[in-house]
Amino acid sequence: MSTGDGMEKKINLTLKVWRQKGPDKKGKIETYRAEDISTDMSFLEMIDVVNEKLVLEGGDPISFDHDCREGICGMCGAVVNGRAHGPSKGTTLCQLHMRHFSDGDTVVIEPFRSRAFKLVKDLVVDRSAFDKIIQAGGYVSVNTGGVPDANAIPIPQEKADLAMDAAQCIGCGACVASCPNASAMLFVSAKVSQLALLPQGRAEAPTRVINMVKEMDNQLFGNCSNERECEAECPKSISIVNIARLNREFIKAGLLSNEK
Amino acid sequence: MQLDANVPGGPIESKWDKHRFELKLVNPANKRKFTIIVVGTGLAGASASASLAELGYQVKTFCIQDSPRRAHSIAAQGGINAAKNYQNDGDSIRRLFYDTVKGGDFRSREANVYRLAQVSNTIIDQCVAQGVPFAREYGGLLANRSFGGAQVSRTFYARGQTGQQLLLGAYSALSRQVALKKVQLYTRRDMLDLVMADGKARGIVVRNLINGEIESYSADAVILATGGYGNVFYLSTNAMASNVSASFSAYKKGACFANPCFTQIHPTCIPVHGDYQSKLTLMSESLRNDGRVWVPKKPGDKRKPEDIPESERDYYLENKYPSFGNLVPRDVASRNAKEQCDQGKGVGETGYAVYLDFKDAIKRDGQDVIMRKYGNLFDMYQRITDDDPYKTAMMIYPASHYTMGGLWVDYNLMSTIEGLFVLGEANFSDHGANRLGASALMQGLADGYFIIPYTIGGYLAGTKLNAISTDHADFKSSESAVKSKIRTLLSTNGKRTANDFHRELGTIMWDYCGMARNNDGLKIALSKIQNLKGEFVENVKVSGIDKEFNQNLENAGRVSDFLSFGELMVEDALARQESCGGHFNEGFQTEENEARRDDENFSHVAAWAYQGEGKPPVLHKEPLSFENVKLSQRSYK
Repeated sequence: MSTGDGMEKKINLTLKVWRQKGPDKKGKIETYRAEDISTDMSFLEMIDVVNEKLVLEGGDPISFDHDCREGICGMCGAVVNGRAHGPSKGTTLCQLHMRHFSDGDTVVIEPFRSRAFKLVKDLVVDRSAFDKIIQAGGYVSVNTGGVPDANAIPIPQEKADLAMDAAQCIGCGACVASCPNASAMLFVSAKVSQLALLPQGRAEAPTRVINMVKEMDNQLFGNCSNERECEAECPKSISIVNIARLNREFIKAGLLSNEK
Repeated sequence: MQLDANVPGGPIESKWDKHRFELKLVNPANKRKFTIIVVGTGLAGASASASLAELGYQVKTFCIQDSPRRAHSIAAQGGINAAKNYQNDGDSIRRLFYDTVKGGDFRSREANVYRLAQVSNTIIDQCVAQGVPFAREYGGLLANRSFGGAQVSRTFYARGQTGQQLLLGAYSALSRQVALKKVQLYTRRDMLDLVMADGKARGIVVRNLINGEIESYSADAVILATGGYGNVFYLSTNAMASNVSASFSAYKKGACFANPCFTQIHPTCIPVHGDYQSKLTLMSESLRNDGRVWVPKKPGDKRKPEDIPESERDYYLENKYPSFGNLVPRDVASRNAKEQCDQGKGVGETGYAVYLDFKDAIKRDGQDVIMRKYGNLFDMYQRITDDDPYKTAMMIYPASHYTMGGLWVDYNLMSTIEGLFVLGEANFSDHGANRLGASALMQGLADGYFIIPYTIGGYLAGTKLNAISTDHADFKSSESAVKSKIRTLLSTNGKRTANDFHRELGTIMWDYCGMARNNDGLKIALSKIQNLKGEFVENVKVSGIDKEFNQNLENAGRVSDFLSFGELMVEDALARQESCGGHFNEGFQTEENEARRDDENFSHVAAWAYQGEGKPPVLHKEPLSFENVKLSQRSYK
């Protein structure tokens, strides 16, 4: 299975990793050596190598969330050298490859920090606040069965495309981690936009936007002050145009709805 | 044991209607008295949880990730099939049924597959109503594309992220029921045992992954929607946490495991590079709509693909299978790629890759069109390989992707344990020996939205169930068994990590029980796995303690089950002395190197019953009869 890939290089790194046993324990940065790292490895495979060594030495491997390792489940994420998901644009941590680092680099790895994301262990945080926001209205209220034929309502291709652009959000939390206010506005707006753009979602658009924004506040996320850091770090390149659309929906809802 | 599939009588077109009428109903006021456990929140689990809660049942839903939105259905790329015939190209329920049975190489149960085709259309309606942003034509109607094993365009898609969009649809329906307090959601819970009482499935024991506590939950019925076991190969396109443990615990409690040797090796994945690799990445089969698969005619040709002239390229799928071309079913495409590489015509550094080339499609349609269709896949390819597929041919190679085998279920999706239902990839029923592209999403949602809501009602209405609490002795004995297994793992303190064992198991499975198998190899595999299992018990090293967030311990438990399961898989492959679909035994092939079935002796489902640790499992057979399709040698020429 191994390759003698001529392009592949081996590099050595110094890792500075946030270690914290639990939410109420004190955390600190620990230093590790990552040696003989192939530049074809993904960032998480690099941590795997460090962890395997730690286990064999009787140490405590670094806890980090990950699952699909192809950039779609939204499970992984850490702040690498000050940037959510690391230095590559539009890339989740699992899809970041070591060819973007150089021999001798020091890499600082920290969890996504936010008041709303309680730390679980090391780089693992609790993002259930996102689920709570979706539960507040991130759906179309239809039961299974009894719906019209899929082609009964044509949707202009452009609208469907815009809805899909917004729907790509993977719920990783990078937007929150990057925002100076730890706002979840990009996350909320992606769902509000997707459903507001489609005729199926219009019926509940006013209550949805109000309830979801209210829940965002309840979950202790901050507010949006147009810093645009979220858009810059979003691994799915979700545009802040969605935030503008949320704001329009919010104002419309405020004017037209009884829900305050 | 007599396996009774409980298939209703009558013509195939009306079986499901007839059955739905005959199933007992639970009156609306009584539904809230029943509690149902659903394990897994992929397409099958999330759609079942939502639909059952909407009907009024009390639902407890469990997942291993931090949110139900992250289940591995999310990674499905290409699309979902339905017999809508929106393209006016000759599709019908009967054709989808026929393609699926034939694609599965005549090893699936006709009645289940027909029902799947019947409900396929309502799935699309349901998803659109939820706000799933499927691709559309300029006129605003839904777009379709083609997938392998079909000559019609019946696949609906949302760019290269169809699984994500369908899962988020089901997750939104589930979230709505959570908000209505009809579903109680338990995240970061790992199911470690199934609990039986009076011979019926009545609950589960889980490990709370945050604090390591062992927790018990009781119910009137248990639904497993815990996915497939593709990670038995270590390297696969499955997510890292995808595992067989939940299914395997049910198997150990008496649920038969059916056709474990039917695994799908997907033809279009990014080739392996390096020993450190942790997983493989799929490139959607939809790419085969426009990409052309080829290898250099001359073995060992090291020129860059763009420097090899047309006359020196072998478009082997188009040449060998002119009517299906690049869109032959997955098992056929994979086996042919292996064959080319075994002949020395493979490309790339390892020689284990073939080209998938978009040069002609880009010339024909323009880069914009190709980008709109496959942009995210091309980006992903470039991120991983550092090659630009708009400029040079992609390299692909088959990888473990899906498992057709799973827990045996009857027509009601109930396993051989009463009250234990199994949905989606975790069951065995619809795909035979090979699944067609875009059919996994269809099956997961069919089971969850449109089948289990009916059949579970029939069970609950017709079964006497005593009240049960988690203080019951059966819960206590399950808990202590689970705890003792954990203690053993933590105290072994050997010299090899669980991951290292997993990697070795994967190599054994891939080499001897992968795309091509033979009896000698399978016997070698069996003894190798047994040795490895023995070594695991004595030499595994697991870090940390039980009462904490401990990913190393989670993984060790899963690897231990994969080791036992690997043995079962090889046993099954050895018992099936024929080739069919993804199970290709080199001793049974046609002159053209296609799988040669033995319908006289092996037209059955192989369902394995556990007999206890160290004892050989017992094989039960469910005969398959085909009344609506004619058994034939599959031909895609």
